[in-house]
Amino acid sequence: MLILTCPCCGVTAEETEFHGGGEAHIKRHGPGSSDDEFHGYLFEKVNPKGVHFERWRHANGCGKWFHAARCTVTLEVFGTYSAQTTEPPQDIKDRISARRPGWSWREFA
Amino acid sequence: MKRYSAFAVAREALRNHMGWERAWASPEPRKKYDVIIVGAGGHGLATAYYLGKNFGITNVAVLEKGWLGGGNTGRNTTIIRSNYLQDASAAIYEKSRSLYETLSQDLNYNIMYSPRGVMMLAQTQHEVRGYERTAHANALQGVTTEFISPSRVKELVPIINLEGPRYPVLGALWQARAGTARHDAVAWGYARACSAMGMDIIQKCEVTGISREGGRVTGVSTNRGDIACDKLGIVVAGHSGHLADMGGFRLPIESVALQALVSEPIKPCMDVVVMANTVHGYMSQSDKGEMVIGGGADGYNNFTQRGSFHHIEETVRALVETFPMISRLKMLRQWGGIVDMTGDRSPILSKTPVEGVFINCGWGTGGFKAIPGSGWGFAELMAKGHSPLTAEFGLERFREGRFIDESVAAGVAH
Repeated sequence: MLILTCPCCGVTAEETEFHGGGEAHIKRHGPGSSDDEFHGYLFEKVNPKGVHFERWRHANGCGKWFHAARCTVTLEVFGTYSAQTTEPPQDIKDRISARRPGWSWREFA
Repeated sequence: MKRYSAFAVAREALRNHMGWERAWASPEPRKKYDVIIVGAGGHGLATAYYLGKNFGITNVAVLEKGWLGGGNTGRNTTIIRSNYLQDASAAIYEKSRSLYETLSQDLNYNIMYSPRGVMMLAQTQHEVRGYERTAHANALQGVTTEFISPSRVKELVPIINLEGPRYPVLGALWQARAGTARHDAVAWGYARACSAMGMDIIQKCEVTGISREGGRVTGVSTNRGDIACDKLGIVVAGHSGHLADMGGFRLPIESVALQALVSEPIKPCMDVVVMANTVHGYMSQSDKGEMVIGGGADGYNNFTQRGSFHHIEETVRALVETFPMISRLKMLRQWGGIVDMTGDRSPILSKTPVEGVFINCGWGTGGFKAIPGSGWGFAELMAKGHSPLTAEFGLERFREGRFIDESVAAGVAH
């Protein structure tokens, strides 16, 4: 059972109050993008064994979307943060680096 | 390999059972094989078996990082059925079911196939229409199923409560020739037959890298040294993405935990498999008398093989509603397995961007029933480069928009 804190309304609750929304920080390519880019956006999800960034919705609460950083192997939650970003904020990255030394994701660690 | 038979049992009884040999050998890996299969679960072993049996390719190694059949093969609820909606799915699952019928004789190993019948309850008007449609589709595909009335449901399953407080039973999709089998025995039987053909099954051998040269596979590195091969088959279910990373390509797969539980053993009370997908739970009774219960998957990426309490609660609540007599049953064990889910809930049996590397994954919540058919088709794909059974299940179907949409059609409990 995950325990998540909604960064929108500040409520800390069990996972039954939330609904998972899949991989976060997916880049949707605009007009003129190639088939490959669109295929990647639609289907090629990352499926990491370890640190993962996800979208969650506070479905039985404030109803807002937010992001969570989580480990898929231990179910440890590193933190939650606003969905209005294109990458995890520095304090979340620092917290992950402290817990998982040598960790990296995409172009930054 | 000494054959198992009634005569063999009698012979061994007379000499204190000293003559039984190991079912399969545990050799050291050789330097090179024609074909390496990664993953000694049901699908991997079945692939190796049909490579040898149908195509005479026996210079094969099956590598397994843990122990044989210790992944989802040993964690499922052993249900075998083929009442799928789409033609491509019905073809491979029906091939599989029909191979299961004679698998014990074929392998000379009792897999305890029990064609006891599988019933999928329709508890909403939507489900009634869905299952009637499936029954019609199955008739065209040559899969024998029928839509049955509530009174027939009660006749087949006396312990069921038709007037559920939330969802009364309005009918059911019934496949009389579906059933269950002993899951471990399927892996063990295939392993024994593979070993008898001279194949090497190497346990505790984890693949750590895939070697390539000019876009073609040359071998794998493992914790027991490098092993060269001409062809590589990746059959590792939940860990497919991990292996694909080593090969430098990506898969449209996400791994989630699916869980099951069994009760204490009780006297025989239900001799069919019942799936109730609206309320989310399914149940059958094992030969030992335990009620085998399966539920939904966790709703997020997950590599913990354990599951979660609120899903148990949801499943058990649904089943108590459907079968009031189990309300005081004690649960004995609970476990989880990592299933690999594709977007259209259909498997991937395909070539990959790396020449010589083939992948068999994405069976999601329903892999056990497909083991013989999957092995049959995947072996053909690996040996000949194409197979009618697997043609529709290529990786390119996502790019081309040719989904085999079973997410709703199959009525699988997700």
